[in-house]
Amino acid sequence: MTISIRSVEKKFGRYPALNHVDLEIADGELVALLGPSGSGKTTLLRTIAGLEFPDAGQVLFEGEDVTFASAAARRVGFVFQQYALFKHMTVARNIAFGLDVRKGKDKPPKAEIARRVDELLKLVELDGLGKRYPSQLSGGQRQRVALSRALAVQPSVLLLDEPFGALDATVRKSLRKELRRVHDATGVTTIFVTHDQEEALGLADRVAILNAGRIEQIGTPDEVHDNPATPFVCGFVGEANRFEGTVSGGRFTSGAVSFAANGARDGAAVGFVRPHDFALDDGGFEVRVDRVHVQGALASASAVTADGRHIEISGSRAEAARFTGTIKVAARKSHVYPT
Amino acid sequence: MLDDDHPMTAETIPAAARPSGIKGPRRPLFRRRSAIPGFGLTLGVTLTVLSLIVLIPLSAVAIKASSLSPSQFLAAAFSERAVAAYRLTFGAAFVAAVINGVFGVLTTWALVRYEFPGKAVVNALVDLPFALPTAVAGISLATLYAPNGWVGQYLTPLGIKAAYNPVGVTIALIFIGLPFVVRTLEPVMRDLSADVEEAAASLGAGRFATIGRIILPALGPAWLTGFALAFARGVGEYGSVIFIAGNMPYKSEIAPLLIIIQLEQFEYANAAAIALVMLAVSFLMLLVINAIQAWSRRFV
Repeated sequence: MTISIRSVEKKFGRYPALNHVDLEIADGELVALLGPSGSGKTTLLRTIAGLEFPDAGQVLFEGEDVTFASAAARRVGFVFQQYALFKHMTVARNIAFGLDVRKGKDKPPKAEIARRVDELLKLVELDGLGKRYPSQLSGGQRQRVALSRALAVQPSVLLLDEPFGALDATVRKSLRKELRRVHDATGVTTIFVTHDQEEALGLADRVAILNAGRIEQIGTPDEVHDNPATPFVCGFVGEANRFEGTVSGGRFTSGAVSFAANGARDGAAVGFVRPHDFALDDGGFEVRVDRVHVQGALASASAVTADGRHIEISGSRAEAARFTGTIKVAARKSHVYPT
Repeated sequence: MLDDDHPMTAETIPAAARPSGIKGPRRPLFRRRSAIPGFGLTLGVTLTVLSLIVLIPLSAVAIKASSLSPSQFLAAAFSERAVAAYRLTFGAAFVAAVINGVFGVLTTWALVRYEFPGKAVVNALVDLPFALPTAVAGISLATLYAPNGWVGQYLTPLGIKAAYNPVGVTIALIFIGLPFVVRTLEPVMRDLSADVEEAAASLGAGRFATIGRIILPALGPAWLTGFALAFARGVGEYGSVIFIAGNMPYKSEIAPLLIIIQLEQFEYANAAAIALVMLAVSFLMLLVINAIQAWSRRFV
């Protein structure tokens, strides 16, 4: 199922939640909507689902206008952050619900529904728990039930709103893998919302980064990390040291810090350097190392520039052994945006 | 004596062998140790108050009734007049509770889910039966629904008699019971998350399927509680009913009134016998309702 979002706008009161959003999603893709809270990512997801309707613009499924179609008519599977399971029904009846409410000849026979429920329970590795009530399950198990309930109706698109937000780190990691596996097994076009960049970059085929109701950039995880299109993306995705300064003659300067400006035009600018893009270099600028923090094979250091600003530098453990006292560093790579 | 959990309790170690001066904990007699304080105090006060206010007066009823011989008891408690009164009391209370069960869901729905002008007034009106002296309610209802009253005059040509008969009794009990249903349902309905309904909608459930299969079942346990409270209140109601009932023996005389009549004739034991039957039936019904409730809460 291809999905097209065409200049969609949505206001809550006077506050614009979505501002001319355009987005194309290919069949079978796994796309993450990433952004800080209040960026409009959930509103966009709910607009695609048919739980929210835009003030202007169009939503197209497979080229067909579904802007004002109901969620049921769009055949979307929606997974909520707080699971939204039906507490008074067993796990099996929760999963069967979408098939059970169908009427007439659309409704599969009982045996068929039961078979489908078993299949889905196996898919999310919950076999044997069909007779439990949601209150008897852990958070991770509940979210698996919610996922299989959404998949039961064979949705044209699977939408997940911060699906792992309420879970602890370990469960979250395993469910991430699970979602990828389920996506690959079913091939259903999937869109999920998250504010966790690690989750978005680690899981999705493509990531759309939202800020203040606009899509700042959409691309593969590598693209958005290595070639951020806007200062916001650069600051939001991955870690980055941010400097405000000026560009002149192809060099960006901000106080005691200076690095190549990658062809940015002269004038006021904001520059970013990722911690691992700093390297020891005798031609660079001086910093005094404050503290070194070792994380497995990598190490990072907090350092202070000559004019008293804090920066982060990181490298391998071997490199970090030389992060002592006053050192000279230069930026191997930088991102400079005119302001 | 050794026990499974604490093989080395204070009793098993000689005091001299213990390294510190701390007294070894003794295993409590009949309950598990809990870190939540106040068990003794709260249970003590509860039992004392319940005994003084509920249990002792109720056992007095039983003691008084026991002064009758079995045949006298049966004659007093199951006279034709008494049986008719029970039937009216429990029947009208049940019908009123059912009507309140339906109407209460609608009222709660309107109050919880929508904003409308005058909502605060409607909200206050729902509570009024709690506060109003029941006699006031009974007199106004009787005046309104009497054949020449504001409402009654339009019902009479339709062949409906709404006062001075069982219908009147039911009307009074509906008035009395409504707030119990509404106020029990309200917090539960407020807590129903919009997510659940959206999930149902996204799975293809229409409005009626969502209401019938998701919302109402989720309200079930609270609804039963509200129903039980309204029913229990209806069984015991006296003040408002006697004004609108007409109080015709065998036809529109409620059991509480019959008790008063017996008392006024100094037939104290007979009154206690009728009271004992009401007590037993009420207790049994509440027990059954509680059991159903416990069963319907199995998923919480």
